[in-house]
Amino acid sequence: MFREMDAVFKALADESRRALLDQLHKSNGQTLGELCEHLDMTRQAVTKHLLLLEDAKLVVVVWRGREKLHYLNPVPLQEIYGRWIGKYERHRLQALSDLKKGLEDNKTKKE
Amino acid sequence: MQKPKFVYTTYIRSTPKKTWDAICKPEFTRQYWGEMTNVSDWKKGSKWEHHNPEHEVWVTGKVIESIPTKRLVLTWADPDDLADKSRVTFEIEAMEDMTCLTVTHGSFTAGSTMVKKVSGGWPRVLSSLKTFLETGKGLNIFCK
Repeated sequence: MFREMDAVFKALADESRRALLDQLHKSNGQTLGELCEHLDMTRQAVTKHLLLLEDAKLVVVVWRGREKLHYLNPVPLQEIYGRWIGKYERHRLQALSDLKKGLEDNKTKKE
Repeated sequence: MQKPKFVYTTYIRSTPKKTWDAICKPEFTRQYWGEMTNVSDWKKGSKWEHHNPEHEVWVTGKVIESIPTKRLVLTWADPDDLADKSRVTFEIEAMEDMTCLTVTHGSFTAGSTMVKKVSGGWPRVLSSLKTFLETGKGLNIFCK
């Protein structure tokens, strides 16, 4: 259990790997080539980061013929969420997060 | 093969048999799947249904493939809109003292409203299933 969570936090503690997850969140099931197109990283770097994300189970691979597709697997994140966020806090937190997002979007638009 | 829309994986400290039963047996599902149950004889070609505690049908479909403790493929449709059909695959694999469960949901029809309905749900269900099998108690997944 602890080792699993360590791997998740280690994987998340890097801007490039978070960018990779953002890419998959935007469009799930991408090949290595597709991921490289949208990221300012070498193919080798993307491969290395993907392996770490796979090890942490944040990315799962599905083979379609000879194509290797990468999927964002949010289950480990759900476990982190479930561990510290109480069952009655969810809606209030969502409201706060929506408020923050709304205010910040507004500010960006005005500037 | 069409590209699946969602793929979810969880590693559970349990056996493939217990994991299979946790998906297929109502007495188990209701303990971690927000009191919902999956009802079927789980034979190829049979009907299956996802019920709420009042026995109302929330999801319905057919069993396309059924290999107990290994693989279960279902069609997944809204009972009020049977044309909004998709496909769910459960794959169970033993890995030393762990069991790897992968759920794939895909083959959605164009404009399916099911995509939105299930996208936040699967991680919650799987995380609760893992906790249930490892500790005997599921999570309260649908509380507001």
